[in-house]
Amino acid sequence: MKAMREAYGEALVELGESNKRVVALDADLSSSTKTNLFAKRFPSRFFNAGIAEQDMLGTAAGLAAAGKIPFASTFAIFATGRAWEQLRNAICYAKLNVKVVATHAGLSVGKDGATHQALEDLAVTRVIPNLRVLAPCDATETSAMVYAMADYEGPVYARLPRIASPVLLDECKFEFGKWRLMRNGSDLTIVACGLMVNEALKAADGLARKAGASVRVLNASSIKPLDSRALKKAAAETGAFVTAEEHSVLGGLGSAVSEFVSSESPCVVKRVGVNDSFGESGEPAELFRKYGLNAQAITRAGLKALKQRD
Amino acid sequence: MQHSKSIESLRETARRVRRSILEMTTRAESGHPGGSLSATDLLVALYETELNYKAKKPNWKDRDRFVLSKGHAAPALYAILAEKEFFPKSWLKTLRKIDSKLQGHPSRLDTPGVEVSTGSLGQGLAMANGMALAGKLDKADWRVYSILGDGECEEGEVWEAAMLAAHYKLDNLVAIVDQNGLQIDGPVAKVMHVNPLAKKFKAFGWHVIKINGHDFKSILAALEEARKTKGKPTAIIAHTVKGKGVSFMENKVEFHGKCASKEQCAIAFKELVK
Repeated sequence: MKAMREAYGEALVELGESNKRVVALDADLSSSTKTNLFAKRFPSRFFNAGIAEQDMLGTAAGLAAAGKIPFASTFAIFATGRAWEQLRNAICYAKLNVKVVATHAGLSVGKDGATHQALEDLAVTRVIPNLRVLAPCDATETSAMVYAMADYEGPVYARLPRIASPVLLDECKFEFGKWRLMRNGSDLTIVACGLMVNEALKAADGLARKAGASVRVLNASSIKPLDSRALKKAAAETGAFVTAEEHSVLGGLGSAVSEFVSSESPCVVKRVGVNDSFGESGEPAELFRKYGLNAQAITRAGLKALKQRD
Repeated sequence: MQHSKSIESLRETARRVRRSILEMTTRAESGHPGGSLSATDLLVALYETELNYKAKKPNWKDRDRFVLSKGHAAPALYAILAEKEFFPKSWLKTLRKIDSKLQGHPSRLDTPGVEVSTGSLGQGLAMANGMALAGKLDKADWRVYSILGDGECEEGEVWEAAMLAAHYKLDNLVAIVDQNGLQIDGPVAKVMHVNPLAKKFKAFGWHVIKINGHDFKSILAALEEARKTKGKPTAIIAHTVKGKGVSFMENKVEFHGKCASKEQCAIAFKELVK
């Protein structure tokens, strides 16, 4: 078990050792986002903007315009909600090389409740031109992603959950627009991101047990760009999809898959996510159960998708 | 290179820039002449005497950086950039038209000499701060300059950025407030009580200089004082006249976002000859 934000903080320090252009910013949450590790190792290359997320992203834009590779972190709700227009106008319209790595995305925030649980960040970032949008599935992929982000010249948004989660991958070379086949199958494809990838794997077991279904699981860590090849192939070979994300069912991964599939290779898509509501305080596992974000919910959606297709 | 230009030659450049502003906004039938004319002398002083740059090599790494935070004054910026040959003057005819390299508000990806994309008010100072931080980190000699509007100072991000600049002791940064006293809905003092700007910047930890923003001697002296100020950023509060130089536009709020007709433009040209 390891939190992706821990992996982020560690990878950022490693990256900082080899790439002197890398700088980090935070908005008073560095002990939570783990940019505090970078701050400790490279104090002169770390800038705390205070509790001022709009200013943080604007400052990051300026640093990028002057040749630095800024990684700016805060909670997902503030990075993409409070500072959305700075992300759009200051960073993405100018195609500046800023990496926004937001933590505490989704219900896994837990007890802090609805105000701090970003369930809309994928929706509001996915629509911004020039911006790449990522949601890794574990600590290993998060580390690989940090390097890939730095190698790519342009704005990137990545969202990470709060809680520790199983490490699913031993090694990983992250590529934009490429989804890892976590499990092959021929009856149904589950497209999942973030913490839901592990739940999707459990659901695949459940569906095999309950319905004898052979289920494919794709890790959609690159939400923009999508892996259009993997999607087309899955549509042709399995003919039905379930999407799963720690996000609203509106506008996120499920919407992205639906948009693509409906025009390129129409077939059934069932979306698992928070059903157009705010979250609330509680333990992450309790919230996942109440809001239908676990293996059981994915299994139920899978059974429906299979029934509807056949 | 400072002060190598005579005040009279600066005035002559400013008249040419003002004529360009009128010509391009009237042709575009769109744009913001009032706030472009109020910022003109500040821009002319910067580009003629203060900033180091190579127009033919706009990304030269040791250049001073300029950020027009009040991006709606883009016509003034484009006029001076064309004057300094960052791009051909013929581009000015395309302002705000389809496929133009001169967008309604400054766009980094479109126009040589434009460092960042601005126009959504309140965002430029933060971006200038980022550049100034990068300059400090690289122990570079280049400096960063930004022009803001006084109405723009109603935006919260301006003050977040003002805090940050002082916190990080960005003495390589100068923010010039083009205080023309008018915004779209009327006098700034009536729309929102943003004053006293000088006291506010001072309270935020800045070195503050108040000047007449149309008096070249004062502008040059303030820029020199800013260069000599160590340990804190400098804010120059420049008192200006919206629509400056065109009698029927001066202090007229309607010319914030309205352009002169062809007939009015012809009258203005006569006023801007000498």
